[in-house]
Amino acid sequence: MIRIEKLHKSYPIGKDSLHVLKGIDLHIKEGEFVSIMGSSGSGKSTLLNIVGLLDEHDEGDYFLNGQLIKNLNEKKAALLRNKFLGFVFQSFNLISYKTALENVALPLYYKGINRKDRLKIALDYLDKVGLKDWANHLPNELSGGQKQRVAIARALVTKPKVVLADEPTGALDSITSDSVMDLLKDINNEGMTVFVITHEEEVAAQTKRIVRLKDGVIISDELTKTAKAV
Amino acid sequence: MFDLDRWREIFQSINKNRLRSVMSGFTVAFAILLFTLLFGIVSGLSNTFKSAFNDDAQNAIFVRVWKTSKPYKGLQTGRRIQLRNKDYNFVKEEYANKIQYQSARIYKSVSIKYKNKADNYRLRAVHPDHQFLEKTIIDDGRYLNDRDIKEKSKVLVIGRLIKADLFGNKPALNKRVNVNGSSFLIIGVFSDEGGDNEERQAYMPVTTAQMMYGNNDYISQINLGYDPSLSLNEAIAFGNKMERDLRKKMNIHPDDQSALSIRNMAEANKGVGMFMGLLYAIVILVGSGTLVAGIIGISNIMIFIIKERTKEFGIRKALGATPSSIVGMVVQESVLITTIAGYLGLSLGTYILTLIGDSLEEDYFIKDPSVSPGIVLGATLVLIASGLIAGYLPAKKAANIKPIVALRAD
Repeated sequence: MIRIEKLHKSYPIGKDSLHVLKGIDLHIKEGEFVSIMGSSGSGKSTLLNIVGLLDEHDEGDYFLNGQLIKNLNEKKAALLRNKFLGFVFQSFNLISYKTALENVALPLYYKGINRKDRLKIALDYLDKVGLKDWANHLPNELSGGQKQRVAIARALVTKPKVVLADEPTGALDSITSDSVMDLLKDINNEGMTVFVITHEEEVAAQTKRIVRLKDGVIISDELTKTAKAV
Repeated sequence: MFDLDRWREIFQSINKNRLRSVMSGFTVAFAILLFTLLFGIVSGLSNTFKSAFNDDAQNAIFVRVWKTSKPYKGLQTGRRIQLRNKDYNFVKEEYANKIQYQSARIYKSVSIKYKNKADNYRLRAVHPDHQFLEKTIIDDGRYLNDRDIKEKSKVLVIGRLIKADLFGNKPALNKRVNVNGSSFLIIGVFSDEGGDNEERQAYMPVTTAQMMYGNNDYISQINLGYDPSLSLNEAIAFGNKMERDLRKKMNIHPDDQSALSIRNMAEANKGVGMFMGLLYAIVILVGSGTLVAGIIGISNIMIFIIKERTKEFGIRKALGATPSSIVGMVVQESVLITTIAGYLGLSLGTYILTLIGDSLEEDYFIKDPSVSPGIVLGATLVLIASGLIAGYLPAKKAANIKPIVALRAD
């Protein structure tokens, strides 16, 4: 599903450049539940942004669903994101003036699905994350956990190939964190490839494979107990 | 092209962010309001000028004579010049192809008496064409005709106010009045936009007057209406040529304004036209300045709004929005707001103009201030274009920000 070979990325800082990713090799197959662990500055967010087509890499190859990602313009990147990827962010990133239902339906709008159908699909997904009754509430009327569940529903609504979650529990307390992780597990159990970025061991432990990143290189890549148990 | 979903997105965005929508709309509405008022008042001023010359036909030329002020060909200064029928006929034959209307005019002061009421009135003895040159409006009966001229009929067309003086509310038509001792038949009653003095006049056939007062062929003045198809410059050239020809014919020094002069409406119109043109140029300059200020205002607000929405655009892009769809959305929203706001400003301006129009006319000589449909259309187009520009440039910039940067914005 995702294949990365000798990936390099550096950011210019003034005259110098900061070498963030120093040759990453990573292969994620369909249906995997992978977490990228690392302290801040290890390059994990950069990796997610590149995987999520939000940023471009400098060197190396990146294949998404078998397709080589190279020299994408904004329009192509937008179409690929819409088609293959679903995002879950640490800060939820819901549009504040849209209801939960409209937020979930938004990716379908960009997919060109008509209003009636997309609201129906969006409601199904809200039901799936247990928020059907909250469909017409604005984000600021929802708790943090509820917002993240709306965001997950939004990530799933286009039936993407991969769900990318950037510190999905970073802004949540431990109980709601668990419920969000349970939700991600359920999604993975239904066959979705889930790619989580975190710095919390408890979160990583609930995934099936942990890739540890330090100073821009992978230092370990192993299956968790959860995975071995299956 | 019509995309209901896009409109829904825009209406939602406007509706959920009323303050900023109102803010951006206000600048445009205010600019257009000022523009409308400015333009309306100047067009009112222009109307005043037009109506000031409305008493007489726009194409009128008057040939007037008095005493010579310069010696010429051995003739003395102070010689009295008299127009005669032959001069009238000379003009008629010489310039036939350039003249639409022609009438002689003899001024007299007469006493008109009906039953026991009598008063002194000014009288003009004229040809039938005079009606069109003076813009006389017949309220009742008829004006003089060619037969009256030919038969030297003793008929009279009286002004509305003479009728009121002598007849009160009773009909005056076909009544006989005593004019300086002779009996005249009233064949018409007229009104005139030139005011009370014009409506306290009486008209009789020029031939009748020549026969009755001195039995000569004297004329006080020759009035013409030049062919309206002539341009102002052609009409002025025609007037000047006629002036030269008549002076030459009557042995008058070529530069003697006192002896024979021509008052050509074309010259007055040209002057007024130039003045109004200058005034309009100033208004267009000031008005455009106001509009530009409005456009800059809305551009500023759009830049602010788009900065505020950078994160939203980042989210939309992460969810699959293409840059062009974001630019399109912002531009459409901006055009919608400017158009609606501009239209409101325009309507308010027009409404204020009709509201204050009457009092302006009384106090400031500004008549019927209004904006023409062409101006309205032009202003609307400017608005839409300004909405496009104001929205496009900042939106283009925002849409090109990488989503990752946009998502970080707060």
